[in-house]
This record gives sequence, structure tokens and C-alpha cells, in this order.
Amino acid sequence: MAVCQALLSQVAQIAQQHGAEAVACITVEIGPLSGVEPEQLRRAFAVMRAGSGSAAAELLIETVAVEVHCLACGADSETPVNRLVCRTCGGFRTRVIAGDELRLRRIELRV
Amino acid sequence: MCQTCGCAITAVPRHETAPPGAQSTVVEVLQNLLAENDQVAHHNRAHFDEHHVLAINLMSSPGAGKTALLEATILALKSRYRIAVIEGDLETDNDARRIRAQGVPAVQITTGTACHLDAAAVHRALHELPLDGLDLLFIENVGNLVCPASFDLGQHLNVTLLSVTEGDDKPAKYPVIFRASDLVLLSKTDLLEVVDDFHPERVAAALGDLGHDTPLIRVAARRTPSMAGWLDWLEAHLRSRNSEYRYISARQSSSALLSSRFGA
Repeated sequence: MAVCQALLSQVAQIAQQHGAEAVACITVEIGPLSGVEPEQLRRAFAVMRAGSGSAAAELLIETVAVEVHCLACGADSETPVNRLVCRTCGGFRTRVIAGDELRLRRIELRV
Repeated sequence: MCQTCGCAITAVPRHETAPPGAQSTVVEVLQNLLAENDQVAHHNRAHFDEHHVLAINLMSSPGAGKTALLEATILALKSRYRIAVIEGDLETDNDARRIRAQGVPAVQITTGTACHLDAAAVHRALHELPLDGLDLLFIENVGNLVCPASFDLGQHLNVTLLSVTEGDDKPAKYPVIFRASDLVLLSKTDLLEVVDDFHPERVAAALGDLGHDTPLIRVAARRTPSMAGWLDWLEAHLRSRNSEYRYISARQSSSALLSSRFGA
């Protein structure tokens, strides 16, 4: 809910900056390592958008797969959320390069 | 933003506007959804750094022993360091009272229905705490292994407790919070002898699977106290806080920690 609140307030701010009448569509990116469940955000949005400038907006959630970069062999691999090890060499020293996103990607405004 | 100290922490984000269609405009934003929280968190961190206070965010599931650990930690360190605690709970100020009974200041934040602390709540609490002359601030988060992981409070270090009466596969079940941890404390280890289905080596293996070598230290705060490893770790960080202490944000911890450790 706190995330949804932040989303609505960011969207409202941008809509206002652009003098928009209404918000048509909101696209967010969520990776599983962000700790936010897309389905819960969807449900919160359905309730909390009422009365806001986003009341009629559609919410599109793009989920991002987890990807790590291996510091030993340099390979990039897609991994499960709780096994962030290199798929190529099995190395444990990795850097997450995708999958921790929690961001507002774009919004479509009616002007 | 802050009504109390008047500090301004607002910034207008820049956006790229796509060419407008007939009646609609698409705005590419690419902004972190928690940008506002993160901004307040940076502000909190600046407060801590200015006062040379080491701030630790203590997280765990409910009942893992956060408050008991703090009581024993304060007892061991209060003669040498000035300590304060911010307590986060859904209801009651029971934990803050337990801390105050140890003779150190404690501010209780009751979150009502919110299952985590956020940077703004911590910021409000900071105004009730004398940061001057303080060495160490513990922020005891709401007992929960999910939401606290996503909200930066401005802390320097994340410490997560896992008690031996829970499952030893918790790091695999809650990878987000354990991945963001700078230290995992295995708590209530005096009960290990009677808990036959908890294997510390499984915890270590599940932590290793999260891609960096988070230290795992055993503690027991009651019955037969065993606090040495934890107190050593804490004092090492207290000693280095004035030299080249550098905060690594929870969300970037995996990559940033590794690049600093392994020079990648």
C-alpha cells in the first residue's frame, strides 16, 4: 500500500506538471528482488486510485527476470530469485544486474 | 518536507516528453517508485554522518529476539558507548520501555497497520533524540521479513536476526531481506541442543546462494549468554565509523559490496 501511495503521488505530480486532464495508463517495472508483489500492487491500485487523477487509469506491470553477472567468469545468467549463482561456472560471487527494479517507467496522459 | 526542522528535501524529477499524439502524451519517467522515501533516507543518513552516529537497522520476523538482543547489547556496551534506540511496532510501547529500563533513550514509533518503518517515520523520531554525543543508534524495525527490506531508513548497516526456532531455509524463502543484510545473526543458539531440525550450515548455504558472503554470527542473549562475536563485529564498525566509513545502500548492497570487496 505504501508503494501504491508513492506511485499515485508520483503520477499525480507528473500529470500536474504536464497540465493533464487525466491519466490513461501507467506502466511500472517490478523485479522479484524489489520485494514488491505485482499482484498486491495491482489490488492496492484498484482500490486506492479512486478519487485520484488516476481513477480511470490502466496499470501495466512489466515484470523483470533476475539476472546476475559472474565476477569470476564474466558470464551473465538468468537465475531464480533465491539462487543468485552463475549458471555457467557455478560461481557464488555475482552482481545482480536485473531483477531489483521498482520503478515508474512511463505514463500516458490525456491532455 | 520536514515541519519540525524545516529541512528541504524536495527535488523536481526531470522527464523526457515524447511527441504528443492527438490528445495524449506519453511521458517516459524511469523513476524509482520509492524515490521520495530514498530521498528522506539520504537526509537521515546525512544527519547520522554529521553527528558521527553509526545507525543500524535491526530486522527479523516477530519474536526472533531483537529486543532481548538489544537489552544484552546495551548492558555490555553502555559503559563505553552512548547508545539510543528507535523502536518500531504496530502497537504498544512495551519494547521502548524495556530499552529505557536499561538506562538509554528510546523513541517508540507505533505504525498502526503499516508492517514496516519508513524513512519519514524515522526522521520524525530523530527529532526526539539527542544525536549529539551519540555513538550508536539501533532502529528496531517492525517484526516482518518482507516489507522492511524495501524501505531504506538511512541506516548504515542492515542486521537481520534468524532464531533457531524458525526454519533454517528462511534465507531461501525471504531472499530480498537476507540479500540486503550486512550481517545475519543466528539468535537463541542456546536452544540449538533442543531443536533437532535446525542446521546452521543450511542457513550458511542458503545465504551463500544469494550471491555474497554475508557473515553469519551466533548469539544468545538469555539463559547462557553468548554475545562475543556480535559485540566484536559491532565494535569494529564503531571504530571505523569516523575514518573511511562508507554506506552501501541496501538495494545496491549485493553489487556494491562485491565490487568493493573484490575490486570488480
